[in-house]
Amino acid sequence: MSCNTNGGCTPQGNKEIKNLKAFSTAAERFEGAHVLCPGCAHSIIVREILNATNDNIVVSAATGCLEVCTAIYPHTSWDCSWIHIGFENASTAIAGAEAANKALRRKGKIDPTSPEPKFVAFGGDGATYDIGFQWISGCFERGHDMMYVCLDNEVYANTGGQRSSSTPIGASATTTPAGSHSYGEKQNKKDMLQIMSAHNSPYVAQIAPNKWKDMVKKIQKGFDTKGPVYINAMSACTTEWKFPIHQTIEVSDMATDSLVFPLYEIIDGRELNITYRPKNIVPVRDYLGVQPRFKHLFKPKYEYIIDEWQKRVDEKWVYLQRREEARV
Amino acid sequence: MNHSKNKKILELNKVEIWDGNTSNAQALRQAGVDVMSAYPITPSTATVEGYAKLHADGYIDGEIMIVESEHAAMSGCVGASAAGARTATATASQGLALMIEVLYQAAGMRTPVVLCLVNRALAAPLNVNGDHSDMYLTSQSGWISLGSCNPEEAYDMTLCAFKIGEHKDVRLPVISNQDGFMSSHTAQNVRPLSDEVVADFIGEFVEVNSLLNFDHPVTHGVQTESDWHMEHKAKQNDAMMNSPKVIKEVFAEYEKLSGRKYNLVEEYKIDDADIVIACMGTTYETAQIAVDKLRIQGTKVGLILPRVFRPFPLDEMAAKLQNCKAVVCLDRSSPGGHTGLLFNDISAALINTDARPLMSDVIYGLGGRDITVADICDIYRDANDEVKAGKLNGGILRWATVRGPELKYYGTGV
Repeated sequence: MSCNTNGGCTPQGNKEIKNLKAFSTAAERFEGAHVLCPGCAHSIIVREILNATNDNIVVSAATGCLEVCTAIYPHTSWDCSWIHIGFENASTAIAGAEAANKALRRKGKIDPTSPEPKFVAFGGDGATYDIGFQWISGCFERGHDMMYVCLDNEVYANTGGQRSSSTPIGASATTTPAGSHSYGEKQNKKDMLQIMSAHNSPYVAQIAPNKWKDMVKKIQKGFDTKGPVYINAMSACTTEWKFPIHQTIEVSDMATDSLVFPLYEIIDGRELNITYRPKNIVPVRDYLGVQPRFKHLFKPKYEYIIDEWQKRVDEKWVYLQRREEARV
Repeated sequence: MNHSKNKKILELNKVEIWDGNTSNAQALRQAGVDVMSAYPITPSTATVEGYAKLHADGYIDGEIMIVESEHAAMSGCVGASAAGARTATATASQGLALMIEVLYQAAGMRTPVVLCLVNRALAAPLNVNGDHSDMYLTSQSGWISLGSCNPEEAYDMTLCAFKIGEHKDVRLPVISNQDGFMSSHTAQNVRPLSDEVVADFIGEFVEVNSLLNFDHPVTHGVQTESDWHMEHKAKQNDAMMNSPKVIKEVFAEYEKLSGRKYNLVEEYKIDDADIVIACMGTTYETAQIAVDKLRIQGTKVGLILPRVFRPFPLDEMAAKLQNCKAVVCLDRSSPGGHTGLLFNDISAALINTDARPLMSDVIYGLGGRDITVADICDIYRDANDEVKAGKLNGGILRWATVRGPELKYYGTGV
């Protein structure tokens, strides 16, 4: 970790975060011209990640919403080096580019004194939690100098809303639909952040687009970290969570304020820091209530799912605070 | 390349005793591969191990990614290649099957990766020995596919693979095939080129649209739907179809350096042959002994081999088979409900020509089942009987070297 948790470093490549207006007028490397849904959080997150550094950047993207909406021949939304190979291998694609950078510098084919670029891979939760999991695990075990960002909208949104192992219990997805005999998805969401931290990743963090300063700080910290960095970005999906397109940030606020998506980071697998403590914690029930994907849970026979969920969130919050105190 | 301060010089003997995997490892070292991304699998493991040992001993200054699967191996190669690096990997059988998705992507993205494919049977049943079912699985992937019959040829084809694939008019990935165990684990004489000669022959990797060229940011691997997909595939396929010109040039240049001549289609005593066997891999060498033996007995037999499996040298193959009376294609892969691939390809070569040889297909040698000189003599004799009778003895498709009742399919009612 080249950076301490108190923000004690301001590397050259990082942009200053003075205010949102100044930040938002930074040069675009991810252009506004794309065909993501109106209200999609992906574009907000991706743009701010690319804006967080002035360094040269190589981006890979897994097959998914981001990829199909930003690179449709003969158009591209990317004013930076960008590659897509397949659904499961965005991590290894960027690892290959990172290895190429090392080799070509060692051999003098790239000027070894020229500034080092950043390597970033984006994947949805399907590409990350499910089909690409092994590839990510391999990249992190090998220790490539890269950042992997999961745009976590808890569903295979690009293909119309099938469940992934990030889909939370009780959500109605097209392959786990709610019905007269089912409350929808039966499994709890996989805890990717803990799993990636267990890879001895030097830095993992959960971010949300509504907390943009927290997000950019973490991304800059990630960029300053040598080695594989994992970022889990909550990306509220207007299409599959089925909320109105102008409510992306409000729904995101409820996600972070209900602690369903707690914002924290783990450094070197040990040092856990909670980076956002809501002043008024919103009940899980309220967060679920604004998303029609959960509307069936409000039938009396399924209310216990909400109660159990609240209990899990409370327990997790206690756990995170204890981990933060314990520094282990 | 060889003068890098970061690596030691390896002095090679004029003649080395190498198995096919060592040939690959040394060829990859001499080619100055920037990134190898690989995963071990029998019988190609020793290509990766040999390369890794050369790396560990300081003879290689590229990067090695020893990844967690063959799919990742090829994914890493495509990422590195798109970043302007010369890249290579090695695999076999199930490993090839696992990476097949990325084979198509590598070809479609025009990344000139080199794959050392050590041909091995595809399960089930699980089998580690040599046949061509993995090579056949690559047949429509858009990779140029070169064949070899022994460790020296494997060395030669692996070197030529870089020069062919990276050529500006080609820019396609290339497979260097050799038979599992029969070539990969059989130590034979190999006369390698010097490092300097190889470096001059292959030259520096010329980056095209590199991800690491930040003056010209490029988007790789876009989506195309019905509006543009076909034009992309047509262009890709056109590069493949025009590659024989480059392949011939590379083979000619290689001949000057090595004294070893390679052709799109290799032949053995076919000029006056009544019966020609077509086969691939190490069987080509075994069959040469059978040809010599039968010719002493007065049977006019010959042999043909597509050195370049993809793009299939259809015209060259047709030209060489105009005067024979029977062609027996030996397919070392279970054909899965059709005739074998080599039979199909050669039949396609002849269908619009005047030649009307008796065409038959023999499935043989699956999972490393031995094929002997005697077996091949039998195949020639059967074909000779059919030539005399003027018709096939029932069954276009036959299984040889297999226990149990005689297996013949198609044309049995004719």
